Amino acid sequence: MLDQRIIRDLQATLGAEHVATDKADLICYSYDATQQQYLPDVVVFPASAEEVALVMKIANAERIPVFPRGAGSGFTGGSLPTRGGIVLSTERMNRIVEIDTENLVATVEPGVVTEQFQKEVEKLGLFYPPDPASLKFSTLGGNVAECAGGPRCVKYGVTKDFVIGLQVVTPTGDIITTGGPTMKGVVGYDLTKLLCGSEGTLGIITRIVLKLLPLPEAKKTMLVLFDSIDGAAKAVSTIISNKIIPTTLEFMDGRTIDCVRQATDLEVPDNARAVLIIEVDGDREFLAKQVQKIQQLIQPLGVVETRTAETPEESEALWQIRRSVSASLRKVNPDKFNEDICVPRSKVPEMIRKVDAIAEKYNIPIVNFGHAGDGNIHVNIMIDRKVPGELERAHKAIEEVFRGALELGGTMSGEHGVGIAKAPYIPLEITPEAAAYMKAIKKALDPNNILNPGKIFLD
Amino acid sequence: MAKLKNLEDYRDAIEQCVKCGACRAHCPVFGAERREGRVARGKVALSKAVLDGEIGLEAKVLEDLSQCLLCGSCCAGCPNKVPTEEIVAAARRRIAEQQGLSTFGKGVAAVLGRPKLMNALAKTGGALSSLLFRKLPENSGLRLRFPLPYLESGRTLPPLSARPFRERHPERIAGEASQPTVAFFTGCGINYMYPEIGEAFLKALRFLGVTVIIPADQACCGLPAVSAGAGEVVEKLAEQNLAALSREPVDFVLTACASCNAGLGKIYAEMGEPFEKLAEKTRDIFVFLVEMGLPEKLAELPSRGVKTRVTYHDPCHLRTRGITAEPRAILRALPQVEFVEMENAGTCCGLGGTYSVYHYENSRKIGAKKAGHIEESGAELVATDCPGCIMQLQDAINHAGGRQRAVHILELLREALPEEK
Ligand SMILES: Cc1cc2nc3c(=O)[nH]c(=O)nc-3n(C[C@H](O)[C@H](O)[C@H](O)COP(=O)(O)OP(=O)(O)OC[C@H]3O[C@@H](n4cnc5c(N)ncnc54)[C@H](O)[C@@H]3O)c2cc1C
Ligand code: SF4
Ligand code: SF4
Repeated sequence: MLDQRIIRDLQATLGAEHVATDKADLICYSYDATQQQYLPDVVVFPASAEEVALVMKIANAERIPVFPRGAGSGFTGGSLPTRGGIVLSTERMNRIVEIDTENLVATVEPGVVTEQFQKEVEKLGLFYPPDPASLKFSTLGGNVAECAGGPRCVKYGVTKDFVIGLQVVTPTGDIITTGGPTMKGVVGYDLTKLLCGSEGTLGIITRIVLKLLPLPEAKKTMLVLFDSIDGAAKAVSTIISNKIIPTTLEFMDGRTIDCVRQATDLEVPDNARAVLIIEVDGDREFLAKQVQKIQQLIQPLGVVETRTAETPEESEALWQIRRSVSASLRKVNPDKFNEDICVPRSKVPEMIRKVDAIAEKYNIPIVNFGHAGDGNIHVNIMIDRKVPGELERAHKAIEEVFRGALELGGTMSGEHGVGIAKAPYIPLEITPEAAAYMKAIKKALDPNNILNPGKIFLD
Repeated sequence: MAKLKNLEDYRDAIEQCVKCGACRAHCPVFGAERREGRVARGKVALSKAVLDGEIGLEAKVLEDLSQCLLCGSCCAGCPNKVPTEEIVAAARRRIAEQQGLSTFGKGVAAVLGRPKLMNALAKTGGALSSLLFRKLPENSGLRLRFPLPYLESGRTLPPLSARPFRERHPERIAGEASQPTVAFFTGCGINYMYPEIGEAFLKALRFLGVTVIIPADQACCGLPAVSAGAGEVVEKLAEQNLAALSREPVDFVLTACASCNAGLGKIYAEMGEPFEKLAEKTRDIFVFLVEMGLPEKLAELPSRGVKTRVTYHDPCHLRTRGITAEPRAILRALPQVEFVEMENAGTCCGLGGTYSVYHYENSRKIGAKKAGHIEESGAELVATDCPGCIMQLQDAINHAGGRQRAVHILELLREALPEEK
C-alpha cells in the first residue's frame, strides 16, 4: 500500500480523476494477455510528457516502481505491475499530432491505436506497414516498446524500421528527444533503436516520429496448399531467391490445418500438410505478372492446390483461414503457451521437425504456424492446466523448443519480447558478458531501478 | 416459472476470457471513454472478482457494470466468444437482488410489468411534446420511463401516439390460404411511438398475402428489464408473451425491432424450454421478406425517376446475430432508393436500453460519431430496423445539426408498394 501522502501528490499533479485507487480500477489494470494478475497500488493517466515526468520524479523520490502500459495486449507480461506500485497508462495520450504529407513522416502520441493511425494515413494515400495481429487494439507506444512485427515484415521490416525519432521521459524524470524527422541522422548514439524493443525498462515513450511510405496501388492474395512442410519451405526460399519479395508469406503446419478443418467448413483436401498464404503488393500490371511467376516457380514443389483472390472480399476469405486458427486451437486443449521463436528462413522445416519430436517426447500437442517469410514460428503448446503434471511437462517442452531454436542460429522471441514470461530463459540466449553490458545501461539510466523492474532480466 | 441464468452459471464463460484485449476494438463504450473498466475485458474481470468474493458490490463496480450497452459487439469480435453482455446482465441481476433496483430500474419494472398502465399512459401522453412531460405529476409512470433529467438533458423524443397500434387492429388479418400465417410481435416502440411502422408492416404482408395474427395481450419483450437487472420482470413478461404468441398456431413470430428480435430470439432461447420453441420461431421481418422472395417482386415494380439516397445503420441486436445482408437486400431492391454504405455502419448508435438514461453524455458521444458517418455518406435518409435506434439516430442527427431523417426500412417499403384497392 502506498502512503496517502503520495496519492495526494499524484492527485495534485494529475488531477484527482486521473489517479485511480479504487479496488475495481486496480483489478482492471492488473492483467495483460499473459493472463497473469498483479494488483498495482495506483493507476495514473497522465496526458503529457510533462505530467509523465512529474510522476517519475515523485516515484524516484519515494522509490516506487512504475509500470508503463499501453493496451495491455502484450504476451510476455511487460506491463504487469509485478511489484505493486504505479501503473502508468498511456490511454489519454492518444492524439495523432501531425501527418506531414510533404516529408512522409508523422508524429503521434504513444496511446494511439495502430490501426486507427494506419487508417488515417491511408486516407492520405500513405502507408504505415507494421501490422501485428493485435493492430486493432494495441497501441503504437506498446508496439515501439516491444518492437512489434507482423506478416508484412518480410517485405517492409518491423516497427523499429519505421521509428525515426522519439520523445522519452527518462526513469529519473527528464524529458529527452532522440532522432528526429529526417531520414538520415548520425549524431550521437542511436538511442531511438535502443529504446525500440526496450520493453518499457529504459524510458517512457511520450511521442513517436514515424516514417511513412506511399500506399501501394493494389495487392493480391494467394492461398497455396502443399503436400509437405518441406515443399512449403522450399517455396519460400525459391520465391525469395528469385528476387521476389512478397508482402507476406504466412504458413500453417499440418496440425494447424487439422484444427482449422475441424473448426470451419472450409474445404481443405486431406493430402494438404502445409499451407502458405502469399500476398504481393505494388502496381496492378506488375502484380499479375508476379503472381504468374510465383505460381510457375512453386508448382513443382508439391502444390496440391492454389487459390487466388481477385477482389478484397475474396482475399479476406483466404485470410479468414489464418484468422480462424487462434479460436480453433482451443478445441485441442483449453490452455496454451504461445511462443514466438525465430530461425533463419531455410531452417523452418528442420525446426518444425524438432518441435514435432518434442511434442511426442512430452506427449503434448504442439501446433505451429507463423511468418515463414522471416522464419518466425508461433509454437503453440496446448495443455490443460487442470491435468496434473501437464504444466511441468509444458515448461520442459518450452525450454527444449528454445534450445532447439538457438541451435539453429535462431532466437527465443521474434516479436513478443521477454517480459517476465521469458526472463528465466535469458541465459540460454545471452552470454553473461552481454547481459552485464545491458544491465549496465539499465543501471546508469535508472539508478533506483524503479522503471518496469524485474522485466527482461530476473533480479 | 421461467429461469434466467445467474452469475454463477457464467463462471465457465468468464474463464474463457484470455485477456487478449481484442474487445477494445469493438466496444463502443470504451470508444467513448478509454478506461479498462469500460471495456468487456474489464467488466469480465470485475464479474470474476465479484464471483470469487475478491471485491464486493461497491460503488465503482456498480458504475463500471452500468457502463455497458449490452450490445454484444465485444462478443462478436472476441476470439473465444465470451458473452460479456450476458455476464453483465447477470451481474446486474445480482446487484438488483442484493441492493434492490435503482430508482430508474424500478420505473422500468413498474411500467413494463403492467401493460395496462402502459396503455393508459400512452393515451394521456398522446401528442405530448417533451416539454409537456415536465408538467406531468411527480409520480406519473411516464416520468418513470423517461425521467425528467433525461428530458432536460436535451434529448429529442418522438411524441407518443394517441392510439396504440394494437388497438387499431383486429387480432387476425386473414391473407391467402396458400401463404404462411405469422404472429406480429409489435414491441413497445411500434405500439406506442411508431404505429406507422406497424402499418407499413401490415401493408407489406398483405402484399404477399400472408395471414397476420396480432395478439392483443402481448407484452414488452423484456429487454429493457434485462438491462435494468429486473430479472423477475423479464421472466414474467416471457411467460405472458409465450401464452399470447402460442394461442394460435403460427409459422413464424415476426419482429420489426432489433431489440425485440434479440429479446424473443436470444434471451428466451437462454431460458430453455418451452421458451426455446418460441425463440426458434422468431424471425426478423426482413429475413422473412427475403425468404418470401420480396426483392424479386420489387424488381418487377416500375422504377422511379429521382431516387433518394439512403444509408443503413446496423442495429447491434441484428448485426451480432448475423443479420446484416437481408435488410440491405430489401433496401437495394427498393425502386425509389439509391443505397449507399456508410463507414462504421455496424457500430452501436449508443442507445442501449437503460444505458442512455444513466449515461446520456456517453450515449451522446457515441451517437455523435454515428451522426458524423451519416453526414459523410451523403445520404438524405438513414434507414434501420429498430425503433430504438431510430429514436437515438434522430436525436444524434438533431444535435449535430444534420438534416437527415431516420426511418424504418418498412416505411420506405410502404412507399414503394402499390396502393391497395
Ligand atoms: C491477439 C494478439 C495478437 C498479437 N499479435 C502480435 C503480432 O502479430 N506481433 C507482435 O509483435 N505482437 C503481437 N501481439 C503482442 C502485443 O500485441 C504487442 O506486443 C503490442 O505491441 C503490445 O502493445 P500494447 O499497447 O498492448 O502494450 P502493453 O502490453 O500495454 O505493453 C507492452 C510493453 O510495452 C511497454 N510500454 C507500453 N507503452 C509504453 C510507452 N509509452 N513507453 C514505454 N514503454 C511502454 C510496457 O511496459 C510493456 O513492457 C499480439 C497480442 C495479442 C493479444
Ligand atoms: S476479446 Fe474476449 S477473450 Fe479477449 S479480452 Fe475481450 S472478452 Fe476476453
Ligand atoms: S456489450 Fe457492448 S457495451 Fe457492453 S462491453 Fe460488450 S461491446 Fe461494450
